Amino acid sequence: MATSAAATVSRAEIRLWRAGLLGAFLALWEVATRRAWVDPFFVSQPTVLAAQIFDWVRSGFIVRHLLVTMQETIIGFVLGTLLGVAVGFAFARWQTLAHVFDPLMVALNAMPRVVLAPLFILWFGLGLLSKVVMVISLVFFVVFFSTYTGIREVDRDLVNNARILGASPRHMIRHVLLPSALTWIFASLRTSVGFALIGAVVGEYLGAHEGMGYVISYAESMFNATGVLAGLLVLMAAVIAIDLGLKRLDARFSYWKPIAK
Amino acid sequence: MTVDRPGHIVLEQVTQRFALPREGREFTAVQDVSFDVGGGEFVSIVGPSGCGKSTLLALVAGLVPVTAGRISLDGRPVDGVTPRLGFVFQRDALFPWKTVAENVGLPLLFRGVAAAAARPRVAEWIARIGLGGFEHYHPHQLSGGMRKRVALAMTMVYEPQIVLMDEPFGALDVQTRNLMENDLLDLWAQFRRTVVFVTHDLEEAIALSDRIVVMTASPGRVKSVYEIGLPRPRSVTEIRFHPDFGRLYETIWKDLKDEVRLGYERSRHGLPG
Repeated sequence: MATSAAATVSRAEIRLWRAGLLGAFLALWEVATRRAWVDPFFVSQPTVLAAQIFDWVRSGFIVRHLLVTMQETIIGFVLGTLLGVAVGFAFARWQTLAHVFDPLMVALNAMPRVVLAPLFILWFGLGLLSKVVMVISLVFFVVFFSTYTGIREVDRDLVNNARILGASPRHMIRHVLLPSALTWIFASLRTSVGFALIGAVVGEYLGAHEGMGYVISYAESMFNATGVLAGLLVLMAAVIAIDLGLKRLDARFSYWKPIAK
Repeated sequence: MTVDRPGHIVLEQVTQRFALPREGREFTAVQDVSFDVGGGEFVSIVGPSGCGKSTLLALVAGLVPVTAGRISLDGRPVDGVTPRLGFVFQRDALFPWKTVAENVGLPLLFRGVAAAAARPRVAEWIARIGLGGFEHYHPHQLSGGMRKRVALAMTMVYEPQIVLMDEPFGALDVQTRNLMENDLLDLWAQFRRTVVFVTHDLEEAIALSDRIVVMTASPGRVKSVYEIGLPRPRSVTEIRFHPDFGRLYETIWKDLKDEVRLGYERSRHGLPG
């Protein structure tokens, strides 16, 4: 049976396939540029890229810029999340507030933040602040909408049960609404972290004197394809590392949920 | 009726209407319902689906204010949730992010009982429902019957004088259900709390109750009230063979079946029922 055979392909086999495909791709790239089928000026070359990244890491150049980007991402992410949770709670708690501001939130969220970046730089300067604001503007809405939904979608039976069991309004938030919203917030966490990093990099790209976005933008202005690609690869590695970390965190916080099938 | 034990419930001309904003009209869930439940009495409410049985419980619990009429508990009118009352929901409303022990202890925490004082009471109830060893499990790791027992312990741990139960065993398989019904009767015999038990299962109602209130199809009114004189203590599996059981069943069913048919017809025609 073909289906059962396909289903029993081992993990090791899948890994082997992935590694093989990646190796073949890199080899083709290397050969194509060496034989001058493609001009390495435009697409760089795997060995040159590797040398560039190695050089960056050894000199500490890339660590400095990566740290700057991470700092902006983390500060913006934390502030944006706190703000999103707070406003989400306020909206769920005071319905009038939600009714009045609902169109504003939708409108603000519809605005492409990337285009706002130059304005943020104009208002908040070339340094950390403009990037943090940029990150907040992206993270806030993701977290706000999931918090608001999480609280509104809370199981009515649970709320009623908590009332019967004698919960005060504070108990209700602490033991019912917050845990219920947390599952939604965590579900959106990986999305919002991705947004946070994009926000920081785009901010740097458009105007900064340090950070990964700046490194890429600078290489680009020098027509240095190797620099752009190497910067992208470093960012990619950082995103994958963060995502893996978040997956673990998510697993720890949703211990009470049945394992997804 | 004199207030012999605490937990005396009186409903007088209770009417409940809900606005149906989309249809621009009102829906009457229950109308002019009057009956009372003595302290420590076990009363079941039976009726076709949608007759407002669950609404009545929500009204007695103070979850929803009554549109008209009066409900009082031991002479005090109901105006909101009272701490002397327990409610076992149709779906076990356990808190999925809390363990068995945390769930059972939650009402004590809400009541400001110190952790040191709460712990033995929680442990006692977990042992009583036979879930010793499962203290640190989360609800999703338990079977339906186990979750129901946790919900029961969660209600009983703060010793409410009145326990309202809304089709609590409806979702369980027959064997588990009979076991739980017997457990409930044992608990009731031991603690003698007032129990108002909503069910659509007439056999279950007869096996458990002192009295049965039969409701009409929507809008729900009281059609008749029956005294169940079957001897106690009962076992729900054995009481069915008592000679009076069949006679009671037949009499009450005669009353109920027209309402059930009416409720069914209405639901088939998409009317609120």
